[in-house]
Amino acid sequence: MSRTSQSRNRAFVIAGLGVALLVAIFLSPLASPDPDGLNRVSEDLNFADREVEEPPAQKLPFANIFDGYALKGVPEGVATPLAGLVGTLVAFGLAWGFGKLVVRGSGPATERDSSSYIEDSEQPPDRPL
Amino acid sequence: MAEVALPSTLSASVLYWTAPVHLALHIPDGFLSLPISLVCWIVAIGLIGLSLTQVQSDYQERAVPLMGVCAAFIFAAQMINFPIPGGTSGHLVGGTLAGALLGPWAGSLVVAVVFIVQAVLFQDGGITVLGANILNMGLIGTFGGYYLYKAIRFGLGRDTWRGMLVGIAVAAWTSVVVSSIVVAFQLALSGTVPLGVALAAMVFWHILIGIGEALITVVAVSFVWRTRPDLFYDPPRKVLAGTSRYSRAR
Repeated sequence: MSRTSQSRNRAFVIAGLGVALLVAIFLSPLASPDPDGLNRVSEDLNFADREVEEPPAQKLPFANIFDGYALKGVPEGVATPLAGLVGTLVAFGLAWGFGKLVVRGSGPATERDSSSYIEDSEQPPDRPL
Repeated sequence: MAEVALPSTLSASVLYWTAPVHLALHIPDGFLSLPISLVCWIVAIGLIGLSLTQVQSDYQERAVPLMGVCAAFIFAAQMINFPIPGGTSGHLVGGTLAGALLGPWAGSLVVAVVFIVQAVLFQDGGITVLGANILNMGLIGTFGGYYLYKAIRFGLGRDTWRGMLVGIAVAAWTSVVVSSIVVAFQLALSGTVPLGVALAAMVFWHILIGIGEALITVVAVSFVWRTRPDLFYDPPRKVLAGTSRYSRAR
């Protein structure tokens, strides 16, 4: 493994997460308020009222913090950007953590040069998590 | 009329005009019957279970950070509804994006995480129909979208920019249109709305929304193709020779 590829990976993660955060914070207030595909269809075809009044998610504790994509208790202008910030970080952290749990732990082998990769593919490693 | 889906509190009405509460294909609680919801749950859980075992046996740890980045980007991009002519809007669903970058297995885990966060934290998409939402917006793209993209890309030339571009664009658009057809069937089988009108309306809008899906997916995938082609589940072969893959046995 090389330091270069490790820092290249770090740079990619920072760039990727950075773009996601910029989108969630600065573009989310610009999102179109028009009804989306299914909403529009449910209005046009008169079945929007089928939606339950009190969906189960409203009873979760998170409903005290977020009203849809808006953080409660903060000025309207920052409610959606802050919800976007939190949601993006939570999605990032959960997917990373979930991946870490599921992918067989390969310890320092996060980065491999080509030679160790070839060894790897010939002898599937049997390392504990 | 636009308010029907919301509790009629003042804050909710204000919110409606500042931020979309429900996004493009997200089904809310109440649209699907119990049997249809259950079938969707079973299919979604089955495919996620299969993905778990595949990721466990097939992926290396270097895929993990990309899973985080992919989930973050798809979540963020789903917040951005783009306008569609005719007073409707759409947004990225991201299944094909996740599938192309991470492969169908890790890609499916990533999209599942995104829809769980949306439903649990932000009340976007019903919890009882979460299985359907994961299936429709996620797994159709991570599996169907991925294999269609792969077939086109490998057909046109695995290592060519053109093959990747055409494969991604066609697969992303197709996955959204197929999803809208599947949603129409779910609605009709639930007795919510007759199949014919549901199909016509859903497909009409999602033919347009799919164009947005294709554009955003192409931009995101091109960025990775140019900067880190080695991160692809199916990297170009010239890159493959020099660097490691995260998937061992394929």
